Amino acid sequence: MYSASDLRKGLKISIDGEPYIITDFSFSKPGKGQALYRCRIRNMITGNASDRTYRSNDKFEKAPLEERTMQFLYEQGGEYHFMDNKTYEQIALNEEQMGDTTSFLMDNMDVEVLLFSDRPIGVTPPTFVELTVTKADPWVKGDTSGSDTKPVTVETGFVLQVPPFIEEGEKIQIDTRTGEYVTRVKS
Amino acid sequence: MVSARTLRQRAALFQAIRTFFTDRGYLEVDTPVRIPAPAPEAYIEPEPAGDWFLQTSPELCMKRLLAAGIPQIFQLCKCFRRHERGGRHLPEFTMLEWYQAKADYSDLMAECEQLLPFVATQLGYGDEVVTERGLVSLAGPWQRLTVAEAFDRFGSMPLADALAGDCFDEVLVRDIEPQLGVGTPAFLCDYPASLGSLARLKPDNPAVAERFELYVGGVELANGFSELSDAVEQRRRFESEQRLIGALGRTPAPMPESFLAELPAMGGAAGIALGVDRLLMLLLGANSIDQVVPFTPESLS
Repeated sequence: MYSASDLRKGLKISIDGEPYIITDFSFSKPGKGQALYRCRIRNMITGNASDRTYRSNDKFEKAPLEERTMQFLYEQGGEYHFMDNKTYEQIALNEEQMGDTTSFLMDNMDVEVLLFSDRPIGVTPPTFVELTVTKADPWVKGDTSGSDTKPVTVETGFVLQVPPFIEEGEKIQIDTRTGEYVTRVKS
Repeated sequence: MVSARTLRQRAALFQAIRTFFTDRGYLEVDTPVRIPAPAPEAYIEPEPAGDWFLQTSPELCMKRLLAAGIPQIFQLCKCFRRHERGGRHLPEFTMLEWYQAKADYSDLMAECEQLLPFVATQLGYGDEVVTERGLVSLAGPWQRLTVAEAFDRFGSMPLADALAGDCFDEVLVRDIEPQLGVGTPAFLCDYPASLGSLARLKPDNPAVAERFELYVGGVELANGFSELSDAVEQRRRFESEQRLIGALGRTPAPMPESFLAELPAMGGAAGIALGVDRLLMLLLGANSIDQVVPFTPESLS
């Protein structure tokens, strides 16, 4: 149980049975008036943001969240199936719950699955993944266009900007937090 | 850690405040910080210090000095309020309070209009300050609007609805405060009588108290009022605040009996409290109170 004075940016609380994260927080108190705890909160399932103002006597439940390491098995009909490496328990997430993670997902990859009351609500891929370039325009020596990057497609279908010397069939490292190119992986 | 320049400006501000009031015949006083009975106010929680408390404001002691016949006094001191911590709040902060016998709240507003440009000039600034809500010119006269007018103009509901719906503070903070003191400082005046526990009611309209708050760039800087000098009425209001404190689950501090006993001798007077850390924030263009004090409580442990 949290009280209003525990509220701060990044705290995860449960409201009406749903998990919320506080994305912005400010304390205000008009002269002689009540302390007000103004929060911008985001529903961790739907992503919807809203503003709430709380008073000092308000109490909050901690959001029952748990992260478990799981292995990606396969995708079928928009359902992504994962297995807990310790208990062999299997779960499935839909496209919406997966979010941008599908851009980086490979068979057998270990990911962190976020569970709310044992219900999967999100997936975090490894910070860095190595993916093979499946489509790239050839590097034209003496290109005078002045551009220092070009778009390529990797095996998951994800498109990103890379240096011009990257060619089809090469492996590159990508930062999944930003979706940006990090380095070429020597095979 | 705060910069040496900020510490020098802080010291210069204290100096300028002392010069301003001393030049006007005010006497600097230093009343005890540790007191047995702070004024019961529902939403201000005193910090216990042994069997007594640290002052939430020097108000009661300063009024006792007025009652003792000293007509013009000011004080720069530390005040303590539990659980107040934010970008503009510290649980220990520096307060300026000044009191004048035979004056009312409009005299205090006029003094504010002179104090701010004076200290800004003394610290080497012009009469414009940069706030989160843009440039604010300190050259007077400043805006005056009543609480009812402010709710009509900026609030999502009229004052009567906000009071009936128990959301006065919410509407004030969300809709109104950011609009106050934009371009020129503003006095928000004439609070509902129930929100001015130590203030005198307006003689021609007892529904409102002669209380005002000074805002600059959306930030509340000072709270002043024509003082209530009727001890019977003051006791009645303190008892009502004590009941509210009990309803909020706290134990009220003892009734300030020595203050109530001497209050009738005070006669008509006006007094004001101004947050000195916030004034320094304003002059330096700081966006957090942390930037203008030598240490925050967090940096001590």
